[in-house]
Amino acid sequence: MSAVPDQPHRDFGEMLRRVLTFVPPAFWTLVALVIFWQAIVTLRNIPEYILPAPSQIADEIGSYWHRLLPNALVTLSEIALGYTLAVVIAVPLAVSIVYSLLIQRAIYPLIVLSQTVPKVAVAPLLLTWFGYGMTPKIVIVIMMSFFPIVINSVMGLRATTPEMLYLAKSMGANGWQIFWKFRLPKALPSIFAGLRLATVLSVIGAIIAEFIGADSGLGYLILIAGANFDIARQFAAIIIITVIGMAFFGLISKLERILIPWREQTELSGEG
Amino acid sequence: MNMMTSTSAADAQDDPHIRIENVSKVFHGGKKGDVEALRPVSLDIKRGEFVSVLGPSGCGKSTLLMLLSGLLSPSAGRISVDGRQIDGPNSNLGIVFQQDVLLDWRGALDNILLQEEIRGADMKKAESKAHDLLEMVSLTGFEDAFPRELSGGMRQRVSICRALLHEPPLLLMDEPFGALDAMTRDQLQIDLMRLCAKRDITVFFITHSISEAIFLSDRVVVMKPRPGRIEQILDIDLPRPRRLAMREDPQFIAYVRELTETFKSLGVFREEN
Repeated sequence: MSAVPDQPHRDFGEMLRRVLTFVPPAFWTLVALVIFWQAIVTLRNIPEYILPAPSQIADEIGSYWHRLLPNALVTLSEIALGYTLAVVIAVPLAVSIVYSLLIQRAIYPLIVLSQTVPKVAVAPLLLTWFGYGMTPKIVIVIMMSFFPIVINSVMGLRATTPEMLYLAKSMGANGWQIFWKFRLPKALPSIFAGLRLATVLSVIGAIIAEFIGADSGLGYLILIAGANFDIARQFAAIIIITVIGMAFFGLISKLERILIPWREQTELSGEG
Repeated sequence: MNMMTSTSAADAQDDPHIRIENVSKVFHGGKKGDVEALRPVSLDIKRGEFVSVLGPSGCGKSTLLMLLSGLLSPSAGRISVDGRQIDGPNSNLGIVFQQDVLLDWRGALDNILLQEEIRGADMKKAESKAHDLLEMVSLTGFEDAFPRELSGGMRQRVSICRALLHEPPLLLMDEPFGALDAMTRDQLQIDLMRLCAKRDITVFFITHSISEAIFLSDRVVVMKPRPGRIEQILDIDLPRPRRLAMREDPQFIAYVRELTETFKSLGVFREEN
């Protein structure tokens, strides 16, 4: 391309191109969808109780903030606590499954089998046992996010090849060194695949738990707003929970990039 | 180190570096019942000797290597290194496999250093040795490169450096160049010989390639399969340092012909007419 420096409109075109490609294309698709949504609602005069325009939802988030924020914090702490506990249980369990044939044969099949039980069906039971407080929500978040972490950690810890173990032994490595210097780093990418998947599931778990029975949280807000046909308020809560989910996913992905610098950046992290 | 039963230092001079005496290996309880991987094999290897083991798949050459490393124990017979019988993983050696087995999460230098890190050696000294090794295989400047950033040939060179870092008296190589393209393979053969010439190291080298075996070795051991056993041992009387041009030498070609005939007689090669 030959540049033509003394043509100002040409420079402007170049600048615009840079601005547009600076941010990933998916962002512009989203912008276009929101504009389309706004235009449809405005032009066709769709009433707010059927489909509020993006601007009305933004207004709602602004004016209802004093209720959205504390409820968001409730949901956020359910997610954070449940997820953390899931990790604390799942990773050591995966290690024991990989190292002990007995545990592997006695427990692993049951963990896999238990996944056929729909968690939503168990939720009312937990309510009966633990009441309306935070405990049943945390238990459901654990149940949802625990499984992918165990499975992926087990897979990762098993990915050590026989040659790697021969090599380790030829160096005189002891069991401890084999775990820390070979098995665990080898497993990290797989463990993080599980951790990333679990973020999404933990958010779903918290909302489901709040649907079943709660007196606070974003799931609770959505339910109440639905009963009042307050569609804009429902959208407001949905957007907040989505932002929480995305931020959580982003946080874990960021951690992954810091802890696994040797890995090429893959799929979901994008190019932006 | 798990070696025991030492003999007196006086005989060690005359004794071979490695003595394999009537060693056999049977793998029990496979799907097809017991598998006889190695029928009693005997072989003496001198210190500093380069011995290649040549043979088709299933001839027990990898089993023999695993027995030498102490990672497998023989069903019968004994293997001794410097007169001491091996009865457990022998860590006084270097191993190179067909796959480079580099750790993805470590740069080239750190992969090499792992050898001494595990052994708890002086890391300052190890680092300077590792730099020297990298220089000898023309990888200076790649110290921090992760394995995925290196070509197959470069990766295998790093894994050879790792096997040599602790200056072992014995190097075991299991088809180390089998996955490389022909040109990279030639270069690595030259690199390997340069590295070995600098030290008094015994090399036990497994390969499928007749010309590679002749080019590198002082002796070529031909094995035949099912069950694995030694068919022929050929002394290679070519001057060192070896040059690529020697592969057109009449003596070299005579060796190739002799080994090719051996494999024809074993039914490994079948030709029309």
